[in-house]
Formats: sequence, structure tokens, C-alpha cells
Amino acid sequence: MKKYTSLIIFLGLAVLIPLITSLSGKNFYLTQLTMSAYYALAALGLCLLLGYAGQISLGQAGFFAIGGYTSAIMSSAGLDPRLAFIVAIISAALIAFVIGIPVLKLKGHYLAMATLGFGVIIEKLVRGIPSLGGADGISNVPDFPLFGSICITGGRAARLSNYIISFTLLALALFLLTNLLSSRSGRALRAIHESEDAASAMGVNTARTKLITFIIAAVCAAAAGSFLTHYNGSIGPGEAAPLKSIRYLSIVAVGGISNVAGTLAAGIILNFLSLRGVFGVYDDAVFGVILVAVMMLAPEGFKLSIPSWISKRFVQRKSKT
Amino acid sequence: MIQIGKKNGCRKWQAAAAFLLITAGTGVFAATIKIGAIFAVTGPASYLGAPEEKTAKLFVENLNKAGGINGNKIELIVKDSAGSSEKALSFAKQLIDEHEVVAIIGPTTSGESLAIKDYCNKSKVPLISCAAAETIVEPVLPFVFKTPQKDSYVVKWAYQTMKDNGITKLAVVSSNTGFGAGGKTQLEKYANDFGITVVLSESYDAAATDLSSLLTKVKGSGAQAVINWSIEPAQSIIAKNMKQMNLTIPLYQSHGFGNIKYVEAAGDAADGIIFPCGKLLVADLLPDSDSQKALLQKYSTDYKTKYKEDASTFGGHAYDAILLLTTAISQAKSSDPVKIAAALEKIANLPGTAGIFTMSKTDHNGLGMDSIVMLTVKNGKFALYGTK
Amino acid sequence: MTSDIVIQYIISGLIYGSIYAVIALGFNIVYNATGIINFAQGEFVMLGGMITHSFSKIMSLPLALLAAVLITAVIGGFIELVLIRNIGRLAKKKLKKSPEMQMTIMTIGISILLRETALTIWGEQVQTVPFFTGNETSSITVAGASFSPQLIWIITTAFLIFLFLSFFYKFTLKGQAMRACACSKTGALICGIPASTMVTFSFILAAGIGALAGSVTAPLTQTHYAIGTALSIKGFTVAVFGGLGSSGAAAAAGFLLGIIESFSIVVFPEAFKDIVSILLLLIVLFLRPSGLFGTPLKKRKKDSNK
Repeated sequence: MKKYTSLIIFLGLAVLIPLITSLSGKNFYLTQLTMSAYYALAALGLCLLLGYAGQISLGQAGFFAIGGYTSAIMSSAGLDPRLAFIVAIISAALIAFVIGIPVLKLKGHYLAMATLGFGVIIEKLVRGIPSLGGADGISNVPDFPLFGSICITGGRAARLSNYIISFTLLALALFLLTNLLSSRSGRALRAIHESEDAASAMGVNTARTKLITFIIAAVCAAAAGSFLTHYNGSIGPGEAAPLKSIRYLSIVAVGGISNVAGTLAAGIILNFLSLRGVFGVYDDAVFGVILVAVMMLAPEGFKLSIPSWISKRFVQRKSKT
Repeated sequence: MIQIGKKNGCRKWQAAAAFLLITAGTGVFAATIKIGAIFAVTGPASYLGAPEEKTAKLFVENLNKAGGINGNKIELIVKDSAGSSEKALSFAKQLIDEHEVVAIIGPTTSGESLAIKDYCNKSKVPLISCAAAETIVEPVLPFVFKTPQKDSYVVKWAYQTMKDNGITKLAVVSSNTGFGAGGKTQLEKYANDFGITVVLSESYDAAATDLSSLLTKVKGSGAQAVINWSIEPAQSIIAKNMKQMNLTIPLYQSHGFGNIKYVEAAGDAADGIIFPCGKLLVADLLPDSDSQKALLQKYSTDYKTKYKEDASTFGGHAYDAILLLTTAISQAKSSDPVKIAAALEKIANLPGTAGIFTMSKTDHNGLGMDSIVMLTVKNGKFALYGTK
Repeated sequence: MTSDIVIQYIISGLIYGSIYAVIALGFNIVYNATGIINFAQGEFVMLGGMITHSFSKIMSLPLALLAAVLITAVIGGFIELVLIRNIGRLAKKKLKKSPEMQMTIMTIGISILLRETALTIWGEQVQTVPFFTGNETSSITVAGASFSPQLIWIITTAFLIFLFLSFFYKFTLKGQAMRACACSKTGALICGIPASTMVTFSFILAAGIGALAGSVTAPLTQTHYAIGTALSIKGFTVAVFGGLGSSGAAAAAGFLLGIIESFSIVVFPEAFKDIVSILLLLIVLFLRPSGLFGTPLKKRKKDSNK
């Protein structure tokens, strides 16, 4: 059960937070926490891609927008939001497949450029085509019904229920990823990260593994985009902007590149602060500083995952006796 | 010994007096009225948002110096959305649920305004937007207002002038922002009413640094005039490109040209540009009988003194928003958001920077055709069009 | 379309093209020495224009230009010495392979920092730079098409930079040393070439050339704190389109792409102009990643997944 330590700690904190906020009368924090959870979901996908497959993608914002806009357009047109969600995910996966096949064969910076270019195309398209919302984006997006009367919506009365929904979805993603990483495929991923040639020599189909990881990252981003659009009730072309992709990169970097729990924490905390305006006019600058500082100080990423910290302590204690 | 007792007594009075002074100074006994503001101070809409923020802060500062509203000081809480609608929404929720503001002014762009207006309306907190989109106040929501003039009025003024000048074939270029797209829609809608055919209507990227290929297309279209609808520096670039390309047809612009910096950036190419605008830029040229003149001159002077740059019509929209709000609060004699919204609807004949405001249940903008004048540029300065 | 309209489109294409060409040339300098894409190249171009604007108020234009180039070059060198080189050092200790991913990510962070610094210094307003000859309304007419004389300056500068770089790489010792580092760092070190100095020098050179490009184009395009990002994207699009590493390819690709974009407006709205060039980039990446004019990847060791 050691692999689930991060998940258990996460769930524990997730339960603790609303207790703290209601006791201290700061229930309004739940709003930004919910939004941050969805952004963290997109970052989670990038963590898998960057930290384990070692590929830089600057297109997460583009996939986020594909998810969000597909959901917005279809559910505004009357389609069941759950169906729209499925269409959004599949579209993102298909596009990732098409881009990924040729470009993943090349060196890292080619993927960075291709994904950055892809993000710019998406942004220009949604900004320039009036039926996709144009510069004003799409608003009045209907709620996303989950079961019964529970749905993803931005109303004040649904604040707590939506917090629970977002963190449950995030926990689910964390659960799935943890399983993936401790499986054979996960080990194949980590092998690729260490050395592609060695992994290939051991029989790992590096091209296919990288492609699947790229698709998973895209799907995470699209799902996050879809959920957040229903929560906000709107989406704008700014969500597809290159600067947003760079933010996801910063979050993964400061979280520890290959550290899933760290990415989650960084994603929630940094977005929470940003959405509350704590960084003021230096909002973009903060993420730039993070990128530079992390690359300078810890280029391999912080290995401060809680399970390894605990096991280190435990081992040290044992050796002392 | 008696002296000590006296000293103690004096000290007690001194302490009491000091306490009263301090509390009166910090307004502990007077209630503070909290107003929220969401502006795009940084980011792609900063041309609008930065002057708006500066204007709002200046207005509140002056108002507080003069005693506030009915003796209550105003606290302005400004959030920088950088033009992003999701941040605007997060800030709107924060301002309403956490800071419990009585009203929100801004946001800067139409996209942000559309994203937050439903939440503000449902939360029964007045929103006075500084963005131009007609859909912000159409259909009318009880708590949502906006200060910029209707795009359709601005367009009609431009078209009337074109008709007077005998233009029948027009090229329309607009930027891919909400402002540009809104203008494009209105331009295409009303052209026929003025006997004008739109021979070319195209949008360009707001960040474009050279528009010569688009202007080549205009040259080939046979247009007799071109009108550009945007708020970005592209306005200056178009003017320069046209001169460099020897494209001599007249250039019309939108009210987005209402900032002397664009005239400076365009240099000699700015002369002769014709555009409809609010009266702020030519305040000194207005007759003394004009009910806006005094306010416009004061705003210009105060803004320039404090910020060392010329006032623009963009900042003016924020001025009008906070003017409307503080007037409504004062007239409602209450800081209850519902009462403020009702008071806003009753405002009549209030001079602002963009025009004279008269709100109603069906009109939450309050400006009429008379809020606009036609301007041009002569020798690098704004002048009234049609005068010598 | 009449012939003078066609020529006018070509002239517009040359305006875009020359701007793209000079930026792409700067990209290749860093790529050749380090193998990484410098995402901050666009910011060097922005800084060139901004500094020229500020200095042109207190000194003559040529001096302001020189100051802008020198200052930006110093900034480029400083960035390399203080920031990028340290990753190299740290990485040798902790990572077993070369830190190219980290360095590329670092340049992304640096580009944001430079952008925000520019915002703090110059504000959000657009800034202008005086034209080198004439002013904003000057116009030359050739074969029925008219354009600003600044275009001649930009094309000439692009050409001169190209000539300089070609000469530099082929005939000077330093240039050849840089190319050696790009091919194989270990091999270069064995030959006694101080690889890390070469890297610093490449950044200084790229920054200086970027600033020169920015200063010569700024009169035409105006300059603004946020233009760097879009320029970087365009720059590497052109560099990859032509073939990373080759100055000639970059220059040719720049002009080609400029003209394609200019004519694309006949069919697509200008708002989608960037999509055209990025689509071309993606197509090139999918089919011929070595670029239109580059040597096929199998022959090149630098770009295969080694």
C-alpha cells in the first residue's frame, strides 16, 4: 500500500480543508480551491509526460481549450454535457495522436516547438472565428450534471459540493496515475526517462510508450478544461494562450518534474494564490522566476515526495538503533 | 500631591481626546464603503486597463479628501485580471463573497464582462462595466450596467460623416478583439442605411506589426475610404503603412483612437484621420455652455498632474463608472446593493466624460447619440472635425 | 489582380520576410553552439528596439543603435554566464545526460523575466523609434508599388548579418571553433577549444544580432514589451522551416515564408496569417524535419534522438 501514501495524504488534506475553512469562516476559499484543482489536473498530465517520458509539451493549454470549448459549444447547443465531455476527450486524444506520431520521434525541442505552435493555432482559431465565441469567448455554459441533482456549477450554494467534486476527480486521477506508474508500463516509462537507448534495448517500445503518454497528458488537460468551463460557466481564448502552457510547465518544474504529488501541491497552491490576486501585477513574472530558479537549483526536480521522505526517515531511524 | 492628582485628571482628558481624534481619523465610527474594481492593468488589454485603474484610484482619492459619500470613506479594492475572463470571474466571486463589496466597476474587456455578469446579477451586486459590447446590457439585467457609448451610435456618426463626404464604397478592417469584432458587426449592419457598400470586411491579428498586405488588398478592392476599428497600436501602424504605400484614400478610425499616444506614434501620418469620439479630447475647444466642459477639463488636469501622461477616453469610462456608482450611493443614502442598483436606474442628466447619462429600466447604458462628436487630427493635435 | 498589386504583395512579403530572416539568423547562432532553442531570442529583439527608443532621445540615432546592440549583447552574455552555465555545472553532478531539456526550459523562464522587466521599465504603452531615413510618411515607389525606405535598411541589414555570419563560421577561428562545439563538445574540448566560453560567446553574438534586428525593424513595426513572444515563435518557425543551423536556410526561409504569408491574405483573413506559417512548420516537422533546405536528419548527428 506504500504506493498509495501520497493519495491517502491527499485525501486527508482534502477532507481537512473544508473543515478548516468553515471553522474559520473562510468558505469563499473553496471557490479558488475548486478552480485550482482543475488546473492541477492539467498539470498532472504534463508531469507524467515531462517527468516520466521526458518530453516537453507546451501544448497543454491548447488541449485544455479543446476540452473546454468543445464542451461549451456542444452543451450550449443543447447536447447532454456528459456526451459533450466524451466528444471533447476523444477529440483531444485524436489530435494528440496525429501530432504525436511524427514529432515524438525527434529531439525534445521539436516537440516543444510543435506543441507551442499547436497552442498558438488553437488560440488564433477560437479568437478569430465568431461561431467559436470569438474574442469574447463563450458564456452561459450550462451546468454539468453528474448524478441526481449534483452537478458542476458555479453558484454560491453549490460551493462545497463542487469542491468535493473537483477534489474527488483529482483524487481519481491521482489514483489512476499511481497505478499506472507502478505497473509495467510505468516502469517502462521510467526506463525511457533514464535512457531511451537502454530501454529500447530492453524491449520497451519507446515510440509507442511516448505516444500513449502524450495522449494521456492531452486527455488530462482536455478533461480539466471541460470541467472548469462548466464550473465557470464560460471560457475565453486566453485559456489557450502560450503563457498558460508555460504556467503548467512551471508548476510541474517546481513540483519536482517527476514528482506527481509535488505537481499536485504546486498546481493547487500556485493557482490558488494566482486566482486570489496575491501576485498582483507580477502574476506572469512569478512563473518565469519559478522556471529559472528551479532549473538553476534543482534541474533534476525536487525529489521530495512524501513517501520517500517518510521511508528515508524510517530507514535512518532503523540504522541508528 | 495635589499637582499629581491634577495631572492625572488632565491626562485622562488628554487620553480621551486623543482616542477620539484617532478613531475619527481612522473612521472607526464612520462606516467604510467597499467598492470592488476589476481592471486589465497588465496583459493584452493594458492600454485600456492601466488608465482605467489610475482614473478610478484618483477619483476615490479626491472623493475621500472631500469627505467621502455622506461622511463615509470609500475603500477601492482593485484586482488585476490581465484581461483573462477566468481570473475576472475568480475576482468577482472573491470581491462579492469575501470582501463583500457593495458594487463592482469594470471589467475592462467585453469577454470578461460577459463571463461575470450573471454571477453579479444572481448575487444582486451592481456591476458597472467599462467594456463596449452591446450584449452586456442587452437584454437588460437588473444589476448590470455599462458606461461606454453604444457601438451602433459611434458607427452611425462615422457613417453620417462618410455619407456627407460622398463615400459609397468602404473597406472595413478590424482587430480580432471583442472591441474590433463588435464594431465590425455594427459596421456591416448599418452600411446600407447610409448608402454605403462594404467592399471588403476583414479582421486582423491585434498584435500585428505590419498591415501592408491587408492594405494591399484594400487598394485592390476599389474602396474610396477605409475605416479601422481597434484599440491597439495597430491604429498607428495602419496610418503609417497607408502613407508608406501611397494609399491616399481617407482613413477613419473608431473611438479607440482616443489617446494622444496613438497620434504621437503615428507622427505625420496621423494628420487627417477622422473618427467619432467622446468630448474629452477636445474639452478646451467646447463652448463654455457645454455641461460637460468643466468636468472634462478637471479630469484632464488632475490626471495629467498626478500621472504625468495625457488623459484618454479609456480612463474616462472608469471615471464614469465610479461617478455613476458614487452618485447612486449618495442618492440612495444607503450601501445596500439592491438600493444602489435601483438608484443607478434613476440617474438622469448626469454629465460624465463620455456624455450625459440618463438611465432607465430598459436602458442601462444611458448615453445617447449626442454624447459623440466627430474629431480629426491637425498638426499632431486633436481638433473638432468640420471646423477651420 | 493588377501587376502593381502583385508587386505590392511581394513588397509586403519582403517586409515580413526580412524581419523573420534576421530573427531566425539569431536563433541559429545559439543552436549551432549549444543545440538548444533559445526561446528568449524574441526578447533580445524587443530589447534592441526598446533601448534604441530610450537612447535615441539623448543621443544620435546611430549611437543609440550601437548602445542598444552592446547593452543587449552584454545582457545575453550575462544570462549565459549566470544562469545557463550553472545548469551545466549542476547537471554534470546530478544528471547523467546533457541538460538540454533543462536549458531550453530555462530560456523559456528567462524570456518571461525579460518581458516583465521591460514592462516595469517602459510601461505598457507602445514605443516608437525614429526612422533611419525620412520619417513615418516617407515613401519610395518602384514599379507601381510604394513602400517605406526603412524596408531597404531592413533588407540590407539582414543581408549584411547573413554575410557576416557566413564569413564568421567559415573563415574565422572563433567561428570554426563554435561549429566544432556544436558537432561534438568532447571533440572540441580535446582540441583545446574552451567549449563553455564558446557558448557564452554565442549568446553574446545572438543577443547583439537580435538587438540589431529589433532596432532596424522597430521604426516600421513599433515596439512594445510583449512583442518578444510572438517574434520568438515566428523566429523558430522560420529557422526550423528552413533547416536549423544554417544561416542561408534561415534567411531564404524567412523571405519565402514572408511572401507566402503576404499572399495568403488573398484567401484567408489576416487574423489567421500566423496559422498559415505554423501549419507550414508542422507540415515540415512531420515530413522533412531537417527543413526545406537542410541536410536530411540521418546524416546529421545533432538532431537524431541520441
